[in-house]
Amino acid sequence: MSEFSGLYALWYREFKVFTRETSRVISSLVQPLMWLVIFGTGLGSVISLTGVPAGVNYQQFIYPGILCMTVLFGSLFFGLYIIMDKRVDLLKEVLVSPLSRTTIFFGKVLGGATDGTVQIILLMILGSLFFGIHFTLFSAIMSLVIVALLMVAIISLGLTIGSLMDSPEGFGLISSFVIFPLFFLSGALFPIKNLPAWLYSFVVVNPVSYAVDGLRTVILGAGTFGLLTDLAVIVAFDIIMILIGTWAFKRMKI
Amino acid sequence: MIETKNLTKRFDRLTAVNKLNLKIEEGEIFGLLGPNGAGKTTTLSMLATLVIPTEGHATVAGFDVRKQPSAVRHSIGFVFQDPSSDDMLTGRENLYLHALMYGVDMKNINQKMDDVLKLVDLTERQHERMKKYSGGMRRRLELARGLLHEPKILFLDEPTLGLDPQTREHLWTYIKKLSQEKKVTVIITTHYMDEADSLCDRVAIIDRGKIAALDTPQKLKDRLGGDVVRLKVNNKPRLDGIKKLKYVKNVKQEGGFVTMTVDDSGRHLQEILKRIGIVESVETRKPTLNDVFLHFTGSEMREEGGEGGYFERMMHSNQGGR
Repeated sequence: MSEFSGLYALWYREFKVFTRETSRVISSLVQPLMWLVIFGTGLGSVISLTGVPAGVNYQQFIYPGILCMTVLFGSLFFGLYIIMDKRVDLLKEVLVSPLSRTTIFFGKVLGGATDGTVQIILLMILGSLFFGIHFTLFSAIMSLVIVALLMVAIISLGLTIGSLMDSPEGFGLISSFVIFPLFFLSGALFPIKNLPAWLYSFVVVNPVSYAVDGLRTVILGAGTFGLLTDLAVIVAFDIIMILIGTWAFKRMKI
Repeated sequence: MIETKNLTKRFDRLTAVNKLNLKIEEGEIFGLLGPNGAGKTTTLSMLATLVIPTEGHATVAGFDVRKQPSAVRHSIGFVFQDPSSDDMLTGRENLYLHALMYGVDMKNINQKMDDVLKLVDLTERQHERMKKYSGGMRRRLELARGLLHEPKILFLDEPTLGLDPQTREHLWTYIKKLSQEKKVTVIITTHYMDEADSLCDRVAIIDRGKIAALDTPQKLKDRLGGDVVRLKVNNKPRLDGIKKLKYVKNVKQEGGFVTMTVDDSGRHLQEILKRIGIVESVETRKPTLNDVFLHFTGSEMREEGGEGGYFERMMHSNQGGR
């Protein structure tokens, strides 16, 4: 019972803090909007897409990819922020409580996924208002499911790295060697059908590609792998990352 | 309440705590006294199950720290050296979080929060975000938080570090009140001698991971025997003569001063002055815990240095936001 209320406590904290950092919420929307408005319009004016349904422009084509990018950046850094918690000993207060490390891990994941989902809902509203994205009830719900599943994996990844790191100096390295490869190799910005073999092989082993593909399927009807494959891969990604994350949390020292 | 047997922690080559044997009784305020890096915090961390001992055993409230860490953590409250509450939440919200994590009975949670807030005089500021709290208020809230789940044992790691003298004395009052009213066993680490003296029932002086002395503050002071005599000297004092005297101990010369402990100084001062030569001024006083500390560790309390980059961490806590 105390584990359950502990889970609620951790979620409560993350969510309370999130609702009070409105400036952070707003700034987290600026980057995806710049990609959509500037990059989407700029590149969209010079390229023509093959293999997408008629009427889908480049801006709309990258929209699912930009949702995934928002998840990547937001969730990974959410996980990494436990380094800050280590520094101010906030984490100690949690670790000295009777809660198990597994509960603490899931509390973090749940809190982060809630924050991220709110951001994605805002982006979905903006998408349907300004970028001509049409959501049906089904596609809206499926999009949120896919996004939430991706968040769980990415937050777990962030928490794993964060629990192994001692200082935030390595944040830049993480961006270069984790976030950007996952993002660029996911097909977020280009169709993956006619890629050279070497690049395609990177795309298919990147689990984020399946989230992008899944979103593209439900939002635009323009997927490649098939929705079931997409979901299966993301769920498998989740399970692996949760296992690694809880393991890393259990052996975390402060 | 707490018992350790040969409790040892080694980090790589450094032995932070070396075969520590302690027995702390219920309801006592027990002080761990020592210079920075003596192993105080490591000892507390082992007792709180945050650090796993390399060797030896410890039981806390009857539970083994290795085998029953969760039960141990249920029975203790911990107030850390560094800030450990969430800036973005209000004082009351931080308490609420704590109650949830410790599975405190939710029926009378509001009553309990009111009680502990009143105990530390924060009722009026409870709905303010903690970033607006001063260092002392923060400490008081964290103290209140440590009590919320009614632990049998409360660990206080340098509870008054960096606080102004007035706030420190306030905090001492709260701690005394606690141990009297709620019968909480309090383990406190400090490197302030006056704090240990006025607060603790018993004190263990720890140096380099070992207990150098353990007793009540009064008995420790009595052990030095007699009074501390401090002489201001101008010329070269003749120390050999006084070192031979039976009733003189711990003769030390530093700068223009000679310090020693003397039994029944009122009677013997004449003889000492005769032997030492010309003296500019004389000061006699009862020994303080600081003298005891000097005697047992052979070194002055090192104030400088900061434990593990405390100020650096403070900086980060201000910037970090979460």
